[in-house]
Amino acid sequence: MLRFALRRLALLVPVLFGLSVLLFVWIRVLPGDPARALLGERATPAGIKQIRELYGFDKPLLEQYWAYLGQLVRLDFGNSIRDGRPVTETFFEQFPATVELALFAILFAVVLGIPLGYAAARRRGEAVDGVVITGSLLGVVVPVFFLAILLKLVFAIQLDWFPTSSRQDPRIDATHITNFYVLDGLLTREFDASWDALVHLVLPAVALGTIPLAIIVRITRASVSEVLNEDYVRTADAKGLHPPVVRRRHVLRNAMLPVLTTIGLQVGLLLSGAVLTETVFSFNGIGSYLFDAISQRDYPVLQGYILFIALIYSLVNLAVDLGYGLFDPRVRVS
Amino acid sequence: MSIAAPTEPSGAGQPTPVADVAGESLLRGAWRRLRRSPLAIAGAAIVLVFVVVALAAPLLAPYEPASTQWAGLVTPQSVPGPAPDHLLGLDSFGSDMLTQLIYGARQSLIVGVVSTVLGLSVGATLGLAAGGFGGKVDTIVMRLVDVLLSIPSLLLAVSVAAVIGQSQLSVMIAIGVAQVPVFARLLRGSMMLQSKSDYVLAADALGIRRRRIVMGHVLPNSMGPTIVQATLALATAIIEVAALSFLGLGDGDPAVAEWGRMLVAAQERFGNDPRLAVYPGVCIAITALGFTLFGEALREALDPRQRR
Repeated sequence: MLRFALRRLALLVPVLFGLSVLLFVWIRVLPGDPARALLGERATPAGIKQIRELYGFDKPLLEQYWAYLGQLVRLDFGNSIRDGRPVTETFFEQFPATVELALFAILFAVVLGIPLGYAAARRRGEAVDGVVITGSLLGVVVPVFFLAILLKLVFAIQLDWFPTSSRQDPRIDATHITNFYVLDGLLTREFDASWDALVHLVLPAVALGTIPLAIIVRITRASVSEVLNEDYVRTADAKGLHPPVVRRRHVLRNAMLPVLTTIGLQVGLLLSGAVLTETVFSFNGIGSYLFDAISQRDYPVLQGYILFIALIYSLVNLAVDLGYGLFDPRVRVS
Repeated sequence: MSIAAPTEPSGAGQPTPVADVAGESLLRGAWRRLRRSPLAIAGAAIVLVFVVVALAAPLLAPYEPASTQWAGLVTPQSVPGPAPDHLLGLDSFGSDMLTQLIYGARQSLIVGVVSTVLGLSVGATLGLAAGGFGGKVDTIVMRLVDVLLSIPSLLLAVSVAAVIGQSQLSVMIAIGVAQVPVFARLLRGSMMLQSKSDYVLAADALGIRRRRIVMGHVLPNSMGPTIVQATLALATAIIEVAALSFLGLGDGDPAVAEWGRMLVAAQERFGNDPRLAVYPGVCIAITALGFTLFGEALREALDPRQRR
C-alpha cells in the first residue's frame, strides 16, 4: 500500500511541473505586453517597470522560468491588480468559505442521492425509477447559474424563506477564528451566528450540489443494480440471510466503491461551479473573487487561483485513488 | 466539464445473456436497439427539432434578428409580454423574443458543433498517437493530458478565452480545448483495451503490419465510446457557451442572438420579468437534454454486452 501511495504521489510531480510551464507560458502569450496585461488600464511607467522586474520579462526565458519556480515554491503570485493584496493571502482567506459551501453541496448530494439511487435500483422499471431517472437527467442539463438564479428568485425574493446573498447577516457580530462561519459559531458558542451562516448556505449549496446529486443518483443506481445481480447476493438471499443484512453488508458495501470515487471526482465540478454559484449569491469565496478577476482581467489572481485550484483538484484525485486502493486491494496490484 | 458523462459501470446491471443474433454487426444491432428505445427517440426528436430550427431560422423567425425597433416599448420597470404580434413578448433590448430564441438555436448549434469537432479532432489525434505508438509517445501525450485535466474544464476554457480575446471563434476554441484531454484519454483507453484482445493477437501472429492492425482493427473497434462522448460533449458545449457568456467571456457582438447572453441580460429584470430568463434557460436545458438522452441511449446501444 505504501509503495502504491508513493508511486501515485510521484506521478503528481510531472503534472505539477507541466502545469507550472503551462501557466508560465500563459502569462507570456497574453495579448499585448505581458506587463501591461498584468497591470491593466492603470499601467504607469513605474508600475510596468516594477512588474518587469518582478517577473523578469527582460531576462532570458530559462532564467525567467527559474525565477518563476522560485516564486511558486514561496507561493508568491504577486498582487491583485484591483486591490493590490497578495494573491496567496486572499486565496487562503476566502478558501474556507468555498470549502464550506462545497462541503454542504456535496452533503446535500450524498444524503439525497444515495437513497434515491438505491431506491431506483431496487424498483428498476417502476414509477419511482422513472421519476428518479428523469429528475437526475434534468439535474445534469440545467446550467448551474440558471438554477442558482431560479432558486434565488423563488425562495429568496418571492417566498423570502432564505437570504438572497452573502455568507452572514452583517448585523450579527460574530467572532471569526477559522473563517468557516458555521464552525466558528460553534467554537465560540455564538450559536445564532452558526445558524445564520447555515441559513445563508442553503440556496447556494443546493444550486451547487444539484449536478453532483444527479450524477451520484445515476452512479448509485447503476452500481446497486449491478451488485444486486451478483452471485454472492443471490447466494446470501438463497441461504435465507435476513434481507436487511444482505442489503447492508453485501449490496451497499460493494456498491459504494464507484460511488465514493464519483464523489471525489465531483471536486473539479464543485470548484468551477463555485465561480458561478458564488457570483449569483454574492457569496464571498474564491469563486466570486475569481469571477471579478475574470471580468476585470486581473491576471495575477487568475494565474494564482487556477494553480491553487489545480493543485487541490490533483491532491483530491490522488486521495480518491488512494482511498480506492485502500478499499479494493485489486487496484493496488496493477 | 463532462458533466453529462459519468463513468457508469456499463451494462447498467442487467445480467444480459450474450445471446448474439447470428451474424449481426455491432452497428446494425446498435441501430436496432436505438429504434426500440423510447429515450433514444425522444432525444433524437429534440435534437432534430433543434437542428431544423437552427438551420431554418430565417424562414421560421417572424422578424429580423437583433432588430430593436420596439425598444421604445421597453421601460425600466417592464418589458411587454406575449401579444399576437410577439408570441413570446419582447426581450429587454426591445427585440422579438421568439426571433431571438430561434436565432439563438442557430448560434448554439454552430458553436457546439465547431467546438466539439475541434476538441474531437485534436483530442482523438492525440489519443490515436498515444494508443497507436505506445511507449514514449504515449507517456508524453498522457502527461500532457494529465496536466490539462488537472484544471477543471470550465476554468481551462476561461484561461484560454482570456488569452485569445472575445469573439465567437475564441469561445469555440476555448470550449474545444477544454474537451481535448477528455477525448484523448477516452480513445487511448479504449484502444489499449482493444490492443489486448485476441483478434489483435491473432493479426499480430499472422504477421500483419502494426500500422494496419492499428488503423484497420484497433481504431474502428475503439470508436464507440468516442462517438458517445462527442454526442454528450455537444450538450456540455451548449451549457458552457452560456457559462462563458455569464462570466463575460462570450461573443462580444451584441447583434448575435445567444441564449447565454440573453439569460445574463435578463438577470437585472428578474424580479419583474422572470420569463426573460426562463425562456433562454429552458431552451438551453432542453437542447442539452436532447443530446444527453441521445448520447446515453447510443452508449447503451453500442455496448456489445447489450446484444440480444
